[in-house]
Amino acid sequence: MTGGVNSFQVSGYGPERAGWTRVFARDSLARRLDWPILLSAILLSLLGSLLVYSATRNRTELNQGDPYYFLVRHWLNTGIGLALMIGALWLGHRALRTAVPLLYGASVFLILLVLTPLGSTINGAHSWIKLPGGFSLQPSEFVKLTIILGMAMLLAARVDAGDKPYPDHRTVLQALGLAVVPMLIVMLMPDLGSVMVMVVIVLGVLLASGASNRWVFGLLGAGAAGAVTVWQLGVLDEYQINRFAAFANPELDPAGVGYNTNQARIAIGSGGLTGSGLFHGSQTTGQFVPEQQTDFVFTVAGEELGFVGGALIIGLLGIILWRACRIARDTTDLYGTIVAAGIVAWFAFQTFENIGMTLGIMPVTGLPLPFVSYGGSSMFAVWLAVGLLQSIRIQRPMSA
Amino acid sequence: MTNIPETGRNPRVQIRLVVIQVLVISLLGTLGGRLWYLQIREGDQYAKEASGNHVQQVVQPAVRGSILDARGVALADNETRLVVSASRTELLKMKDDGKAVLTKLAGVLGMTPKEVREKVRLCDAETPQPCWNGSPYQPIPITDEATPKQALQIRERAEDFPGITAEPQAVRRYTSPGKANTAQVLGYLSPVTDEEIQKAQDTDSPYLRSDMVGRSGIERQYDKQLRGKAGVTRYEVDKLGRVLGQAEADPAQPGANLVTSIDARVQRIAEYQLNEAMKDARKVHDRNTNRNYEADSGAVVVMEAKTGRVVAMASNPTYDPNAWVGGISAKDYAALTGKKSNYPLLNRATQGLSAPGSIFKVIPTAAAIQAGYSFEGPYECSSSYSIGGQVFKNFESQSFGGISLGRALEVSCDTVFYRLSHEEWKRDGGNKPKKDPNDWFYKTAHQFGLGEKTGIDLPNEVTGRVPDRQWKKDYWQANKDAWCKTGKKDGSYAERIAYENCLEGNRLRAGDSVNYSIGQGDTLVTPIQMATIYAAISNGGTLYDPTVGKAVISPDGKTVTEIEPKAHGKLPTSKKTLAQMDEALAGVATRGTAAWRFGGWPQDEIPMHAKTGTAEVYGKQTTSWFATYTKDYSIVMTISQGGTGSGASGPAVRNIYNALYGVSEDGEIDKKKALLPTPQKTLPKVRTDGTIKSPKVSKDPAKERATPSPGATATTPQDGDPADPQQAGTVPSPENTNRDTRRRERRRGGGPRRGDGRPRARSRHRSGRTASREAAS
Repeated sequence: MTGGVNSFQVSGYGPERAGWTRVFARDSLARRLDWPILLSAILLSLLGSLLVYSATRNRTELNQGDPYYFLVRHWLNTGIGLALMIGALWLGHRALRTAVPLLYGASVFLILLVLTPLGSTINGAHSWIKLPGGFSLQPSEFVKLTIILGMAMLLAARVDAGDKPYPDHRTVLQALGLAVVPMLIVMLMPDLGSVMVMVVIVLGVLLASGASNRWVFGLLGAGAAGAVTVWQLGVLDEYQINRFAAFANPELDPAGVGYNTNQARIAIGSGGLTGSGLFHGSQTTGQFVPEQQTDFVFTVAGEELGFVGGALIIGLLGIILWRACRIARDTTDLYGTIVAAGIVAWFAFQTFENIGMTLGIMPVTGLPLPFVSYGGSSMFAVWLAVGLLQSIRIQRPMSA
Repeated sequence: MTNIPETGRNPRVQIRLVVIQVLVISLLGTLGGRLWYLQIREGDQYAKEASGNHVQQVVQPAVRGSILDARGVALADNETRLVVSASRTELLKMKDDGKAVLTKLAGVLGMTPKEVREKVRLCDAETPQPCWNGSPYQPIPITDEATPKQALQIRERAEDFPGITAEPQAVRRYTSPGKANTAQVLGYLSPVTDEEIQKAQDTDSPYLRSDMVGRSGIERQYDKQLRGKAGVTRYEVDKLGRVLGQAEADPAQPGANLVTSIDARVQRIAEYQLNEAMKDARKVHDRNTNRNYEADSGAVVVMEAKTGRVVAMASNPTYDPNAWVGGISAKDYAALTGKKSNYPLLNRATQGLSAPGSIFKVIPTAAAIQAGYSFEGPYECSSSYSIGGQVFKNFESQSFGGISLGRALEVSCDTVFYRLSHEEWKRDGGNKPKKDPNDWFYKTAHQFGLGEKTGIDLPNEVTGRVPDRQWKKDYWQANKDAWCKTGKKDGSYAERIAYENCLEGNRLRAGDSVNYSIGQGDTLVTPIQMATIYAAISNGGTLYDPTVGKAVISPDGKTVTEIEPKAHGKLPTSKKTLAQMDEALAGVATRGTAAWRFGGWPQDEIPMHAKTGTAEVYGKQTTSWFATYTKDYSIVMTISQGGTGSGASGPAVRNIYNALYGVSEDGEIDKKKALLPTPQKTLPKVRTDGTIKSPKVSKDPAKERATPSPGATATTPQDGDPADPQQAGTVPSPENTNRDTRRRERRRGGGPRRGDGRPRARSRHRSGRTASREAAS
């Protein structure tokens, strides 16, 4: 635990060097950073800003008459995100380990706050906190992060201390309890999409922790049983059931429930190989796809940039996920492994669900596409995650 | 660094991380594959859907072309009317399916709610008219006779009438110039059905949902030319229907105008005379059935003998074609198609079938010559002819001794033809027919074009029937079961016939050949067939396809496509025989069965030829036939259950000729009174803007001829009576015929004619006596 407090001076050996030499030295921070992840994330954010701009520049009812409203804000969010990443990198994931209880407590407090009259409802989910100045906060995005950190802390504690090769049952139970509390709260909102992400995160974390197979399969079984129970008990709102029905049969009601799915698929399908050109998509210009700057942002790429643009987005996210997997495998402590794996599970599922629903292979849920969708909370959370990944990366031994 | 435990690197965790990695990659691969499938493989289809998504079509219906008579007078054109329509899709969105709105609408339009609702319902197997049999997605017209006030009420309170529109639209108008309604020839329009849209989708003239389609007559036959092409403007719109830009605009192309060979004045006179003849026939007592003639239907055809062009074609009972405009009402529909209606929609000139009776005799005459008999004979015209105990009587049992075929035509001697036909039947083997019988009498009928369509440019023409050996066989095959079931050897007349038919209905019997020789038995013809045949006798033997359409004139007037006369055959008769028949038929008009109808006719100036016919129909009164021709025209008239040929139809035909040639009752020719002494050769003149010059037509050409108006009697014989709007109007056409018309009318008014003007009263009086002179079967 010597790394720690100031990650910018990672190594304690080697002569002091100055200027560019130091920056490009073999053991320098710049050399140790995971550039593919960073560049991919930046590229995705910029691409996202263009797509968000394309989707909103004519929507005066949303952008308050300023066509650049969403573009500027997306850039602003990206900038804040980058700053948060640097902050996370500077603190380091190991230092954060000590702050995890605090962060976890704060995030749970925030999602509880959402349930109070302070929270507001968007698209049937009561998951936002309105802030002054037209900003709003979606605390469930941060909960995803604190669940990963909290579970990693609990599960890795005794293993990293060298007491045990794998987390024992008691620890696993504690970790699950830690995850279940915010999940139940989010379920009350109800923000089913986020709950699904959290379930996948928990699975990924348990897998990476080396916990007994019984836990992994047990959890899968419990998840399936839970889904059936939720369905049977009618906990779901009608709009959620309808979304699933429309997923099963998109032609069901092309003007109603199936409308989103149909229009999204038409937009993407009409893009062809190279698309209609940025700002020239008629589906986008005609505002046929709802929520196009957030949950359905991929349809803009599909229509205006075609297969090339869509594949580029999937590819860039693929690079991030691939590198994140490498980071999880290469790091030496279980804590870092679990955090990286949790982030992989989070990003991977959210990407698959978000793009999958626009392509009609997943039911519609309100989940943002990492880096690309417009939305501050989501943007901050994913950039924080990138900061954590970078921190895990630069602290691994050079030999790896 | 070394003190950092390598706890994250134990094998179980490593394996699981690889599993996660593989899972992640396969998920992303799934997305990529699905993306490829949607965009590359199915991309075209989605692109199509996308363009359909935001393109809204606005259709400007094409103005349908006019139908004009030979001089350019419009028989059918368009007028702008205020049409109130309802959108079914909008109505069905309402909770009560739009009932409240329709009830409110009924109040504004002064209709009952039921009437309005019936107009909007869709036709199906169980729904009787009125109902909408067009596309359910097309606004359904409720009335096309809205007043501006009603339209304003609806448009100003649009929120009270969702789904209801009131807009000016061009609707078809059947103008009936000079009261010539020409209904069955013109036909009518009704909305296009979904089925037709589907069918025509990939042809070069697809239908639009708003299209009206010709359903019968010329409207149907020339639908493609008349319809034009609707203009379509495609706007790109967004989700809310806001217009983003105009994608494409095809301007509407109006339909072409069709000039027909119909002359509206002659048409009116033909219609009028046919109707009068039928009315008169109903006043005549029928001795056979002991009640007045029913004269339930009739038809008359006036044809140009040298071209086959139809100058007038009337069918009775008739109807007002405007009843179809803007959707037909329940009452009108029942009146037009119900069992009690007597089917006025039928064009009896091309679709009416009956035995021809004696007007058929030109065919056995030609057949006899073909079979090798001489024209001169002599042939015994006995009062009866018997075959094996069965006696076939001459009409009214008259006998004329030995006569030529020509004289046999003149006096319509049945027994001459019985004998010839029977002889031929025997020559062909009689009851044991030869392998390859000559069948001259049947062959000749086919050569004259019977049993086949004439090819007139009107839809649904019927073929008629020549009851030859083949037909007998086919007919027996189809009916023997029924015959053999009902037939009784000693039953009623019908049962005995059935019994006989069951036994030997497949064979051509002696009696069949005898009946057939005078146009009786199972022979069936249409008036248009007979007109074509008599025109051919007039023109030297050419059987023309009758035509109504004469030329198609493009909407800008620049392209004129004439419809040339076309022949479908030649009479199998030598020039000499034709001349002999021609002479005999002239004899019919001068000294034969029709002579009393052409008393005083200027035969030297306008040689008239005629043949009368009175066909017997089992269980009904006799059918009156009258076939005539001059060198320019052939006129055939028939009245079902109307009495004798010359008796019922004679005066009417004479009156039509009088009008055509300007002949007065006493036989004087006044060329200025003549409507059409020679057929109209030229087409109407087209102005530079594409409109067609048309002469004015007087209010009712038929009435002018029949009864001079009391006002006219007092006027000077000069043209230009300011009191008469027809006169005062500027007449654009310089055509002589037109001026003649008007002058004739004036002259008639001031002329010395007797005030009566209805010679039919006299005819009726004589008909009882003269019927006996007319030998027909």
